[in-house]
Amino acid sequence: MSGMLKEVRLKTPVRDEDLRRLELGNVVYLDGLIYTGREGVYKRVLQEGMDPPEDLRALTNVNFHCSPAASVNADGSFNVGAVTATASFRFSKWLPQWFEVSGAKVIIGKGGMSEADYRSVFVPARAVYLTTVGYGTGALLGRGIRKVRAAHWLDDLGIAQAMWVLEVEKFGPLLVESDLDGNSLFERQNRIVNQGLARLYEGLKPPSLSRYGETDDRGEELIG
Amino acid sequence: MSTSAAVIKADAVEQAAYDVMVKAGIEIPDDYLGGIQAMADTEEGDLSAFVLRAMLENYEAAKQDRRAMCADTGVPRFYVKYGNEAGVEGGPVAVEHRIRRATARATHEVPLRPNRVHPLSRRDNDNNVGINAPEIEYSFEPDADWVDITTVHKGGLFGTDYRMLFPADGIDGIKRFYLDTLVAFGKRGLACQPAIVGIGLGGSKDTSVVLGKQAACLRTVGDRNPDPEIAALELELKEIGNSIGMGAMGFVGSSMVVDCHIEVGYTHTGGMPMSVHCFCLSSRRATARLFPDGRIEYRTDPQWFTPYLRRDSVDWAPGRMEAAE
Repeated sequence: MSGMLKEVRLKTPVRDEDLRRLELGNVVYLDGLIYTGREGVYKRVLQEGMDPPEDLRALTNVNFHCSPAASVNADGSFNVGAVTATASFRFSKWLPQWFEVSGAKVIIGKGGMSEADYRSVFVPARAVYLTTVGYGTGALLGRGIRKVRAAHWLDDLGIAQAMWVLEVEKFGPLLVESDLDGNSLFERQNRIVNQGLARLYEGLKPPSLSRYGETDDRGEELIG
Repeated sequence: MSTSAAVIKADAVEQAAYDVMVKAGIEIPDDYLGGIQAMADTEEGDLSAFVLRAMLENYEAAKQDRRAMCADTGVPRFYVKYGNEAGVEGGPVAVEHRIRRATARATHEVPLRPNRVHPLSRRDNDNNVGINAPEIEYSFEPDADWVDITTVHKGGLFGTDYRMLFPADGIDGIKRFYLDTLVAFGKRGLACQPAIVGIGLGGSKDTSVVLGKQAACLRTVGDRNPDPEIAALELELKEIGNSIGMGAMGFVGSSMVVDCHIEVGYTHTGGMPMSVHCFCLSSRRATARLFPDGRIEYRTDPQWFTPYLRRDSVDWAPGRMEAAE
């Protein structure tokens, strides 16, 4: 029954009409430019007030929550091996401002954000979230990188937190996790899984010693 | 076995440590691969099945390109098992030095992501080496003149939890905490499942966490604990995990637990500490055995939990104990 997921190939910068056509669970491959940015970059730009190292609006509108497995060669060139995403929910507090500063329309990462974030932050910014698969398909994503255009702030932030500007071709697979209406594939799937959880716990009494703040609501999530 | 005059060369230690870093990073172990292939064949959730097929492609791509299968190097660490008769040129300090050199070199050359940073300053040496990194754990083996060096690259952020349970909580308490951990970290696939789930039961708090991690990372898919009662619990927990209704990435499905391994340690008479660990879709482990004649043999089964390591008696005399029975 698998193999039926719809595949979509998108060019960056991604256009609004392309985003509008995306449906939850579509498999996406990207061509063009993307850049990495996570807490190191967000802190510098949004908290310390530094300008982004280049004009992001002119560059591309795809921000990848990622640290590549990369090294710098003696001649200053880069060797990028595997590429996987890092969990995005930790960056939630920076995103409203980041959308304003960067003009990003696509966030690629691991695990998505909460549906509440999509509704209140992504929808007004007309942005969607694409999740990496696995996790993670580090070698497949690494194959999709044609060239490293730049590695900004490498000396200050290190390989993991630097802003890598990457030229990509058939970069994927990625899954559409949120659409322009702010729906979340993960939360939709969670609601189905949650229905079966009470049955699993039947007859298993709570432990003698509770943990402070502990909840028995199995619909809850760890993120957000 | 007589004490051999030949010692294992320090250069060989570095070579072996480097090679296992490279192999672990690039080559998915066959036992885990077989487990994922079997799940991909039976998974009925379309999204979960898609994820498993993508991972199978990813393992192939990693081997073909000789690139790391996952960019998150996790927190690379080492397990060293010393034969009681083994000697290494320069002693244990040389072993640790060579392991640190191999870690830095492999990080640069594969390349692997330099994940290790200072927890407060966030300083990154860009080589996965730093204060208490990589960790090196030791065990010993009687009547052996070799040294085993194992490395494990396991993610460090999600899929692990610890809880102090008590005897009154019993098996139900174990099952409940196990479910709590898998459900909580399984959602959105934070645990990078399907996983080899390791459970540490007993010992002191820290021991239970260490045993659980070793159970996840140092035993292979299909391996059973020699204690029949524990082995039965392993199989039952595997079954329970796969009936949660959750598969890869937390999507609807059945692929959650590739295998479940439990290790125990004698614990406080009033308690039953428990830890749960998920070794992920990139279950990276590799072992080298160094012999005094210079040979190095590579494998993916660390053979960490030997009868000696799991001994229950004051004296270690397996031959005599068998004769007495």
